Amino acid sequence: MITIALYVTLAMVSAAALLNVYRLVKGPDAPDRILALDTLYINGIALVILLDVALGTRLYLEVALLMAIMGFVGTVALAKYLKRGSVIE
Amino acid sequence: MTAERLGFPQPWLTVALFVVWQFLADGVSGASVVMGLILAIVIPQITHRFWPDHPRLSRPWVLVRYLVVVFYDIIVASITVTILILNPRRPRPAFVSYPLTLNHPLGVTILASTISLTPGTVSSDVSDDGRLLLIHALDVDDEAELIRTIHERYEKPLLEMFQ
Amino acid sequence: MGSLHPVAEWIVSLLLLAGGFFTLVGAIGLVRLPDFYARLHGPTKATTLGVGSVVIASMLYFTLSTGEIAITEILITAFLFLTAPVSANFLAKAAMHLNVERSEETRGQPWEQ
Repeated sequence: MITIALYVTLAMVSAAALLNVYRLVKGPDAPDRILALDTLYINGIALVILLDVALGTRLYLEVALLMAIMGFVGTVALAKYLKRGSVIE
Repeated sequence: MTAERLGFPQPWLTVALFVVWQFLADGVSGASVVMGLILAIVIPQITHRFWPDHPRLSRPWVLVRYLVVVFYDIIVASITVTILILNPRRPRPAFVSYPLTLNHPLGVTILASTISLTPGTVSSDVSDDGRLLLIHALDVDDEAELIRTIHERYEKPLLEMFQ
Repeated sequence: MGSLHPVAEWIVSLLLLAGGFFTLVGAIGLVRLPDFYARLHGPTKATTLGVGSVVIASMLYFTLSTGEIAITEILITAFLFLTAPVSANFLAKAAMHLNVERSEETRGQPWEQ
């Protein structure tokens, strides 16, 4: 039961990631691309956690946590760069 | 402030750090309690000079009720957005200026974040004088209705907490 | 896969599927909606809730199958829910600064300051 649900979910999240890549490539503006990257890293977190459940280990949770933190910092830095022209003033 | 003299400049930060460390250590054990206590005591000592002002909550129990309302609304919001996304009809987006009665900075931050997580709205900007909040609504008929809902549901409890 | 109580198995499976569904919907919104401001809605709400429920499913699964408390996931969920509105706000500000195109149906205007 869980195995089937797990694989279906993995497929759905992977499809979501592909759609994000489509938006990332198509744009049309820079904020759109950053938004796509932001969504992509959140989907990455979901994939890492699903991998954790699939392998029955909790080794990769720290990876997910770090992705959450670093992804957020990256999004904020890119958005700030667009608005101000520099990240650290 | 007795807590301050005992070496806890920010008692709530201490509690939060201790709890977060237990989560990081994946459950409570002897080692995590000792390490958590050390961190929870040392970090506020080192960082309390960096905090511009200590936020004060006048009624913490209102916060609990507020969080329950917000959590429920997050689920409703996702379902609303799902229906809008899967619906072939084009949405009717609008920018709405929301007049703020709240003026505490932390309160405004919490309100703006709540608006972003709840049905059909993302808060985009606060005016320079802090009187207006610019909201983008994905699908809205009546702007006045939206403003009234936000005021009744979210701003009222925040006003109780911060004023 | 460890052995779980059938009811728990159903709950974990449902949470997983709901998570995958919301994540997918967020991505569809990102592709389908007409302008940037509208696209901002999908990821901030649907994707965040989607990942949130995947994370809770994982937490339930590990807690119930090993019998040990597994709570680190709560931190990830809390962090995502705290940061999603902040990054949405930053992106909206950047978009307004760059005067990103709006769809014709949009009523009202972002202000200049």
